[in-house]
Amino acid sequence: MRGVLACVLGGLVIKSVVLRLALAAAVAIAASAASAQTLNTIKSRGGINCGSNGTLAGFGLPDSQGRWTGLDVDFCKALAAAIFNDPNKAKFVPLTAKDRFTALQSGEVDVLARNTTWTSSRDTSLGLNFTAINYFDGQGFIVRKALKVNSALELGDAAVCVQQGTTTELNLADYFRANKMKLKTVTFATSTEALKAYDAGRCDAYTTDASGLAGERLRLANVNDHIILPEVISKEPLGPAVRHGDDQWFDIVKWTHYAMVNAEEFGITQANVDDQKKSDNPDIKRLLGTEGKHGEALGLSDDWAYRIIKHVGNYGEAFERNVGQGSPLKIARGLNGLWNKGGLQFAPPVR
Amino acid sequence: MAAVETTRPKAPLIYNPKARGIAYQLLLCALILFLAWSAIHNAAENLARAKIATGFGFWDNTAGFDISQSLIEYSTTSSYGRAFWVGLINTLLVAALGVVFATLLGFLLGIARLSRNWLVARMAGFYVETIRNIPLLLQLLFWYNAVLKALPGIRESFVIPGGGFLNNRGLFLPQPVFGPAARFALIALLLGVVAAIVYRSWARRRQMATGQQAPVLWVTLGLVIALPLAVLALSGWPVTFSYPESGRFNIRGGIEVLPEFMALLFGLSIYTAAFIAEVVRAGILAVAKGQTEAAYSLGLRPGLALRLVVIPQSMRVIVPPLTSQYLNLTKNSTLAVAIGYPDLVQIFAGTVLNQTGQAVEVIVITMAVYLTISLVTSGLMNLYNRRMALVER
Ligand SMILES: N[C@@H](CCC(=O)N[C@@H](CS)C(=O)NCC(=O)O)C(=O)O
Repeated sequence: MRGVLACVLGGLVIKSVVLRLALAAAVAIAASAASAQTLNTIKSRGGINCGSNGTLAGFGLPDSQGRWTGLDVDFCKALAAAIFNDPNKAKFVPLTAKDRFTALQSGEVDVLARNTTWTSSRDTSLGLNFTAINYFDGQGFIVRKALKVNSALELGDAAVCVQQGTTTELNLADYFRANKMKLKTVTFATSTEALKAYDAGRCDAYTTDASGLAGERLRLANVNDHIILPEVISKEPLGPAVRHGDDQWFDIVKWTHYAMVNAEEFGITQANVDDQKKSDNPDIKRLLGTEGKHGEALGLSDDWAYRIIKHVGNYGEAFERNVGQGSPLKIARGLNGLWNKGGLQFAPPVR
Repeated sequence: MAAVETTRPKAPLIYNPKARGIAYQLLLCALILFLAWSAIHNAAENLARAKIATGFGFWDNTAGFDISQSLIEYSTTSSYGRAFWVGLINTLLVAALGVVFATLLGFLLGIARLSRNWLVARMAGFYVETIRNIPLLLQLLFWYNAVLKALPGIRESFVIPGGGFLNNRGLFLPQPVFGPAARFALIALLLGVVAAIVYRSWARRRQMATGQQAPVLWVTLGLVIALPLAVLALSGWPVTFSYPESGRFNIRGGIEVLPEFMALLFGLSIYTAAFIAEVVRAGILAVAKGQTEAAYSLGLRPGLALRLVVIPQSMRVIVPPLTSQYLNLTKNSTLAVAIGYPDLVQIFAGTVLNQTGQAVEVIVITMAVYLTISLVTSGLMNLYNRRMALVER
């Protein structure tokens, strides 16, 4: 009994230490896998390994039956649909913020879709490539209403709880430095611990991506005692990343996102995709594979985009279902609206 | 005669066991070196192919993140190398204090468990059996959350008489600030310590020779505490205090002890003390009963018999497993990461690894550091053990 308990609990932390050690070794040995054909490996394995968030509502979270949901989860399901015509061929590997890149570098996962910000150093020296931006975000703060703080600029001298291994940690330090405010950071390995410490009064504020705040605040003991401050202090373009060195896989991941955005633009939805297959619109014909060989060029079948929309839906549907009006987060489309509706989601054409 | 020697057939080198032994060892060394070299070479090549940054160039780059506790100058514009030292010092701090507290508590408990007082012995036994059997991580999370929950919020701080505060942001104490004249008191303190050591060894030698006892405790206290205080008073108290005061959100100034640090120190000390208690108990039981009886028959009271006869002999048995406990405590301090204490693993193998992505370099350095700490600790303990060991005549 004692052994079991020790294993389970010890596992939580030891896992991360040993895992990191093992991953470090694996990075060195398996980095060669980067140049291998990821698509072939996935096909012969019979599934995709997706690096996911395991605790963030709206982006990646398993329910009590082990069913995963979230925008990033749907993205991986879309990949599985494009390759296998079966969204359930995506296997989710929960990763903490600080272990995620090592897991991708070492080949433990094929793609990292875990609300990860695209930055220049991650794109270059970490050996990764960011494919597309599936969520435009920025960093915000949440504080207790009782503090009577109305702006992040009033937070000088405050204690702020934050999760390590994130851009959040760096933006926080930058913001306070730029505004000549003193800062007391309390850093935790997981957002669960950071949020719990904030809830217990250890910190005056908790900070993360605005989308994360919308999901994380629901885990607070008393949601109504807290407010999100108006300032957004950074640009957080979140998107799926892959390893350097496999252009085909890079293209597949990138175009999976673009297929979903294009589908929304053309009004193709999960419900009407079969009807749309009969459309005469050349754009729709190319996207759904009734004209041209655009899937083949990616190493997929020509109805790859049809499969994505059939099984997962277009970008707007995935958004509303996971983080929008159909979810407890109720985030407005805002920056993530289509380009022709005032947002930034703009996909290159399929042709 | 000479002719006989030269004609004696010389055995070929392979039949010489010594030469053969050396040859095997050389072969093994070469093999290990080759394996190590090819592993390193292979790793470097793979990393280069994946275009992952390598080398130690990151050491001087700006870290850009904040650290809640640092005993040396550190800001967000400091380098990764600086962050490494901050983490290492934080690890050493909690490990060193943990070793001291765990040892004190462990000895007390170990002795208490052997007490003839039924209640005392049972309570010590209960402590050891409970604490030893609950995973440390669980205990740390318990202490951390207990500390956070039990302490009042910042606006309802406990006020400690003399100008301190205790709340869920930590323990805040007035910080003494010494003026230039305080150096006389420092000199007095150093002199006092030296004088006390000299006095103690003189008193011991005299007691050995004549049986006369000297008031060692009082003289030591006088030299180490009263003397520097007197000098401080004579130089006109060149000490001021910087008092912690509440700002809009937090308490500023003074000495700050973080709740993460308290919880980790508490948890590590309490946990390791349970193991040390057992080590001490075993050590005491290993001393033959005849020794205690002989001490009693010489008229020593039980306390003195324990202190002068039993414990010195039991140290030989205690020290080696005690060393393991010290090493365990140091290594267990890496669980700090679970409760937000910025130790070496949290800062360096956590944030720095993540920001730089240089897993191989960072993990190798981290392992080397823990190995060094462990080797130094056991080296020191071995030295002590050699002094304690029974000198056979
Ligand atoms: N976008 C930022 C932050 C991503 C991040 O890790 N956010 C936190 C807070 S919303 C999170 O998802 N934590 C969940 C976990 O680690 O389980 C980055 O890429 O560095």
